Amino acid sequence: MTTGRPSLPALFTRRGVPLWRDVQVLQWAAQIVSAIIVIGFLAFFASNVLRAAQVRGLSLGYDFLDLTAGFDLPEGIEYTPADSFGRAFLVGLVNTAKVAMVGIVLATILGTITALARLSSNWLVSKIASVYIETVRNIPLLVQLFFWYFAIFQQLPSVQDSITWPGPMYLSQRGLYTVAPVTTESFGTWMAFVAAGIVLALALRSMLLRHQMQTGRDTHYGLVALVVLIGMPLAGWFLVGEVPLVTDDPVMGEFNFTGGLRLTPEFAALLTGLVIYTGAFTAEVVRAGIQAVSRGQFDAARAVGLSSSQTLRLVVLPQALRVIIPPLISQYLNLTKNSSLAIAIGYADVFFIGKTIINQAGRAVPVFSMVMAVYLCASLTTSVVMNIYNRRIQLVER
Amino acid sequence: MGSTVETAVRPPSYSGPVEWLRRNLVGTWYDTLLTLLSLWFVFVALRGLFAWAFFSANWEPVTGSLKLFALGQYPQEDMWRPGMIVLTVSFLMGVSWRVWGGTVRTFALALAVALGVVAALPVEMRLPLRLWFVANPALVGLGYLVGWSRVVRSRWVLLGWILSFVATIILLNGFKGVSWLPKVDTAMWGGLLLTFLLALVGIVASFPIGVLLALGRRSSLPVVKVFCVLFIELVRGVPLVTILFMGSIILPLFLPDGVRIDRVLRAMMAMTLFAAAYMAENVRGGLQAIPLGQVEAAKAVGLNGLQTMALIVLPQALRAVIPAIVGQFIALFMDTTLAVIIGLVELLGVGKAILNSKPEWLLLDTEVYVFIAALFWVFTYSMSYASRRLEAALGVGER
Repeated sequence: MTTGRPSLPALFTRRGVPLWRDVQVLQWAAQIVSAIIVIGFLAFFASNVLRAAQVRGLSLGYDFLDLTAGFDLPEGIEYTPADSFGRAFLVGLVNTAKVAMVGIVLATILGTITALARLSSNWLVSKIASVYIETVRNIPLLVQLFFWYFAIFQQLPSVQDSITWPGPMYLSQRGLYTVAPVTTESFGTWMAFVAAGIVLALALRSMLLRHQMQTGRDTHYGLVALVVLIGMPLAGWFLVGEVPLVTDDPVMGEFNFTGGLRLTPEFAALLTGLVIYTGAFTAEVVRAGIQAVSRGQFDAARAVGLSSSQTLRLVVLPQALRVIIPPLISQYLNLTKNSSLAIAIGYADVFFIGKTIINQAGRAVPVFSMVMAVYLCASLTTSVVMNIYNRRIQLVER
Repeated sequence: MGSTVETAVRPPSYSGPVEWLRRNLVGTWYDTLLTLLSLWFVFVALRGLFAWAFFSANWEPVTGSLKLFALGQYPQEDMWRPGMIVLTVSFLMGVSWRVWGGTVRTFALALAVALGVVAALPVEMRLPLRLWFVANPALVGLGYLVGWSRVVRSRWVLLGWILSFVATIILLNGFKGVSWLPKVDTAMWGGLLLTFLLALVGIVASFPIGVLLALGRRSSLPVVKVFCVLFIELVRGVPLVTILFMGSIILPLFLPDGVRIDRVLRAMMAMTLFAAAYMAENVRGGLQAIPLGQVEAAKAVGLNGLQTMALIVLPQALRAVIPAIVGQFIALFMDTTLAVIIGLVELLGVGKAILNSKPEWLLLDTEVYVFIAALFWVFTYSMSYASRRLEAALGVGER
C-alpha cells in the first residue's frame, strides 16, 4: 500500500487491505455465492416438483406404504398381493440382501481359486485363469447377464425333460430344483451341541496353544480343536434321538416339481452373472495381495524354522490380507450395487420392486428416495467399516 | 543411485522346449495331472465352441443387421455423416501418430489395420462402402504425412480433436429446415454410434465438472467442501441404473412445465453426472500426488493462488491421472449398455430389438449376445491394452 494516499474509511478496510483483496472477505463471499447457487438450484427443482405435485395430483408423502400393493411378486419372503407396499419393498430388500450375500461368498471362493491358478507354476493352468479373467473383465456385466438369462437359463429344456444332476438337482426353464433341508423338533437341541462344539474347540485351542508356548512341546492344538469341532455335532446327531435335519426332495408331479428348494431362473442367472464377473475382479485383488508379499518374507520364515503352513498362516496371510481386504470390500460393494441390474432380467430386487411400486402407485419421488437410501446405507456402512479397518492395520504398520 | 552398480549376471536359464515343458507343465506328478486335466478341459471347450460357431449356430440375425448394429436406425440417406466423422477421426489419428507418437501409434495402426482388413473381406459389399473402408487407412497415412510438416504442433492437433468433437455432434444432429443437413431425431441414433457417443460425451463433459469438484473437495472453504463431498459421495454411493432412472423418470418432474429434454440427452446428462463424481476422485488422486514443495516454490516465485493451481499443480496432476481417465473411459464405455434399461437403442438395445423383429429369430439369443460380447471384448481389450502401454510410457520417473 502506498502511504501517501488517504486510506478508505475504516469500515471498508481491514489491516490496510481493500475489501476486494481481503482473503477472508473473498473466502466468505465465495462460500456465500456457492451456497446461494446450490440452494437456488435445489429450490428451483423443489418448487417445480411441488407445482407438478399440485397440478397432477402427485403425492410426495410416504403414507402410501400402508396401502394395499395389489401386485404379485415372483419370489421372496412371505407376501401376497393383499399386503402393503411397505411389505413389498421389504421383500425387495431381502431379495437384494440374499443375492448379494450368496454372491459375495461364491465370488470370494471363485476369485481365490482363480488367483491361485493364475499364480500357479503350471503354465497351462495359469493361462486358463488369465483367459477367464481377461474375457470376463472386458465384457459389460449387463451383456453377460443377458447372455446367462436369455441365452442359457431361458433356453433350458421344459420342466418335464429337466436336466438331472447328481444331488439331486433338476435344471429346467423353471429354474433349479434341489434338495431342501428341513428341521425337525430335535433341531434346537442339536444346535446346542454344535454351539458347544465351537466353544469347546476354541477354548481347547487357546489353552493348548498357551501350553505349547510355555513348554515348547507340540500339543497338536489345531488337530485337537478340529476333532472336537466335528466330533461334538456328530455325537449330538446320534444322541438327540430323532434325526435333527431331514431332506425334502423335489418330486416330479403332473406338471411341475413339488417340494424341495427352488431357485428361479432370474435368481440363478443374476447370481451366475454376478459371481463370474466379480470373481474375475476378486482374483486380481487376491493375486495383487499375494504378490505384494516379498519373496524374502517366505525365505525368512523358513529360515527361522516355520513349517510351510505356519509360514502361510503367520507370515504371508497377515501381510497379504492387509493389501487384499480394502479393495476386496469395495468389490463386495460393487457386487451389491451391480445387483440392481436385476431389473433387466426381472429378478425382484429392491430396485425392481421400487420400479413396480412407481408404476402402480405413481410415487416416483418418495420411492426413489427410499431405493437410493438403501444403496447409500450399504456404501456408507462399507466405508465406515473400511475406515475402521484401515485405522487398525495402520497401528500395526511400522 | 550409486555410481557403480555391479550387474549380476543372470544364471543360465533353461533352454530348449523339453526343459520348458519340464519346468512349466510336467514337473511333478500332480503338475502332470493338472496339465492333463487342463488340456482335456481346453480341448472340450474349444471343440464345443467351434462346433457351435461353425455348424449349429445361425448367424443370420447378425450378418443381416450389421448396419443396425453400427448405426441403429440412422437414416440411410444420411449415412455419409457418421462416415465423414470416422474419416475425420482416421485423419486426426494419423496426424497425432506423427506428432505425439508412442501409444497413439498403437491406436492409429489398430484402426487402419482393422478397417483395411474389413475392406479386403471377400463378402458382398456395395462399392461406396468398400471405398469408404479403403479410404480410412489411406487417411491415416495421409495424416501421418501431414504430421511431418513443421506447422503442425501439439496444440493444433489438440484443437483439431476438440473441434472434431463439436463437429461430430453438429453433424449427427443436423438442423431443422436445412435441406442438405436435415435434423435427425436422437431417437434414430443407435448401435455402436450411440454407445461411443454416450461414453465420449460422458467423459468429455464430466472432465471440467470433475476437476472443479476435486478442487472443491480439497478447498479450505467449508461450505464449498461440504457441497462437493456430498455430491461425490452421493453419486458414488448409488448404482448407475438409479441415476439413469433419475434422469429418465424424476428429472422431467423437476423441470418447469413445458421444458422437455430429449431422452438421449437426459441419458447423457445422467452419465455425465455419474462420471463426474468418479472423475473428481481420480483428479483428487492426482492432486494429492503433487508434493507440497511445488506449491511452496510457486508461492516463492510470486504466483498467486489461481496461478499456482492453473500453471503448476493442475498440469502435473492431470498428466498423472491420464491413465486413470482412460481406464474410466473404458469403464464408462461398458456402462453405456445400461442405457438399454431406460429404453435407448445402443448396441445391446439393437440386439434386443433384432431378436424381436422376426419370429424365427426369437430363440437366437445366444448368437446375438455372443456377437455383442465379442464386439465389446475387441474394443475394450484393445483400449485397455493401449492404456497399459500408455501407463508404462507416462510411468515412473516422470512424476
